[in-house]
Amino acid sequence: MTAITEQWAAGESAERVENREKRTALLLRAASLLLFFAIWYAVAILNAKVFKFFNPLLLPSPHTVLFAGIEMVRTGELQRDILASLSRVVQGFLLAALVGVAVGTAVGRSRRLEYLVEPTVELLRPIPPLAFLPMMVLWFGIGETSKVAFIAYAAFFPIFTTTVEGIKYVDPVLIRAAASLGASERDIFRYVVLPAALPNIITGLRIGFGLSFFVIVAAEFIAADSGLGFLINDARTFFLVANMLLGAAVIGAIGFIFNTLLRRLEARLLRWRKDARG
Amino acid sequence: MDGSMHTVSAPARTKIRIAGAAKSYNGKVALDRVDLQLAENSFTCLLGPSGCGKSTLLNMIAGFVPPSTGQILIDAEAVAGASADRGVVFQEYALFPWRTALANVEFGPLMRRKPAAERRATAQHYLELVGLAGHAAKFPSELSGGMKQRVAIARALANNPSVLLMDEPFGALDAQTREVLQEELLRIWEQERKTVVFVTHSISEAIFLADRIVVMATQPGSIKDVIDVPLLHPRDRSGPDFVAMERRIKQLVREEVQKLGVM
Repeated sequence: MTAITEQWAAGESAERVENREKRTALLLRAASLLLFFAIWYAVAILNAKVFKFFNPLLLPSPHTVLFAGIEMVRTGELQRDILASLSRVVQGFLLAALVGVAVGTAVGRSRRLEYLVEPTVELLRPIPPLAFLPMMVLWFGIGETSKVAFIAYAAFFPIFTTTVEGIKYVDPVLIRAAASLGASERDIFRYVVLPAALPNIITGLRIGFGLSFFVIVAAEFIAADSGLGFLINDARTFFLVANMLLGAAVIGAIGFIFNTLLRRLEARLLRWRKDARG
Repeated sequence: MDGSMHTVSAPARTKIRIAGAAKSYNGKVALDRVDLQLAENSFTCLLGPSGCGKSTLLNMIAGFVPPSTGQILIDAEAVAGASADRGVVFQEYALFPWRTALANVEFGPLMRRKPAAERRATAQHYLELVGLAGHAAKFPSELSGGMKQRVAIARALANNPSVLLMDEPFGALDAQTREVLQEELLRIWEQERKTVVFVTHSISEAIFLADRIVVMATQPGSIKDVIDVPLLHPRDRSGPDFVAMERRIKQLVREEVQKLGVM
């Protein structure tokens, strides 16, 4: 801030200062990634060739991981595992979104329903969903159902909670304004409550989606014969460290892509918010 | 400038009749029995310090809160809930932030299920009336406070209500914007005759705008005095009659503020 005001004082236009700030930010972001890979490379290579602190097999260099990836794409394994994980995540997430938004909306609108539902939700919410995974496998078997149900369970909570908050805390003056313009109860819900709660609901969906990815990997560690979690766990059995790292990297990349897409969607849907214009 | 109010010989019809309306919350009286009749197309200001129940009275007329006892009649019919025939303008603007200026003004016609083309035309007409024709596509977050309140006024008018209720609409605006909007409001009121009830704590605002000023008392909220403003429009804020009236009402309001104790 002070740097900017100083540059202003020096007679530089605000726009130019801002542009330079943006360029600097981009440069630093790129540097962050470059630095990360450089350190990874340095540690891997130096350890293998010079210091020999630990077995070089334990930390393959980035290009070894890349080659492992190319090999797995060639055999079709990687695509299969990505697709398996994504399909589970999408199914579980959609189920959670549907139930979470529907129940959240109902609870947000009815005080009595809230009294009825909230204590149970608050009791279950702090329990890490992973604690239920073994039971889910017992109940739903080791097939797809248990994984989809598990994801749905984990993703439900943030979606439900943010939806309830969004519906409950609509500015009452907006409701009054709508009523004075002739809106019926139904109109108020459709034209005021829902759009007002939308930012909250979208935040919940984004968190829920992130959580879905978070838990699917764990689920695939335990009981699966496909998916990125399976890929990592399977590679561990055969001590293919490069493949393990590859699995993690792919999960990171997918998470990044989806988060970016969801943020874009959010900015579009909520373009009326000043801060969403960024 | 406009003498029509004074040349009409027939007595104006009563539009709003407040019949012994009172409001208490948890046994505490917010507003004591009020009896008041407001003529059709009149401009009434409810004036008083905070805690005098002026907003409570307005909210009862709007139908947002029911009176604890008594009732409020509009065209001899008891108020039971909000209605599109009573437009409301709020101090906090209360615009729908996800709707553009135009879409905000379209809201009333949309609720009455008017066809899209008609909604648009109506909204455009009223945006023009408040001087915002060029800002139709902007979201409220892109408008200044004064512009937001213009949109809110256009939105209330687009339903063509017979009553316009305004709850300290210019309270959050700076002094210059405030005066401009007061003048615009009078211009619009000349054009679109409505029965206006306008809540304010500004004495000069009340004298500038109103036919009648209802000065409210505190503890409990009630009517202290009803003062007719015989000055012709446009009113000169520094004219001797204006200033004399201001002084007189200031005295009345001060007594009520002093009842509240510490200022």
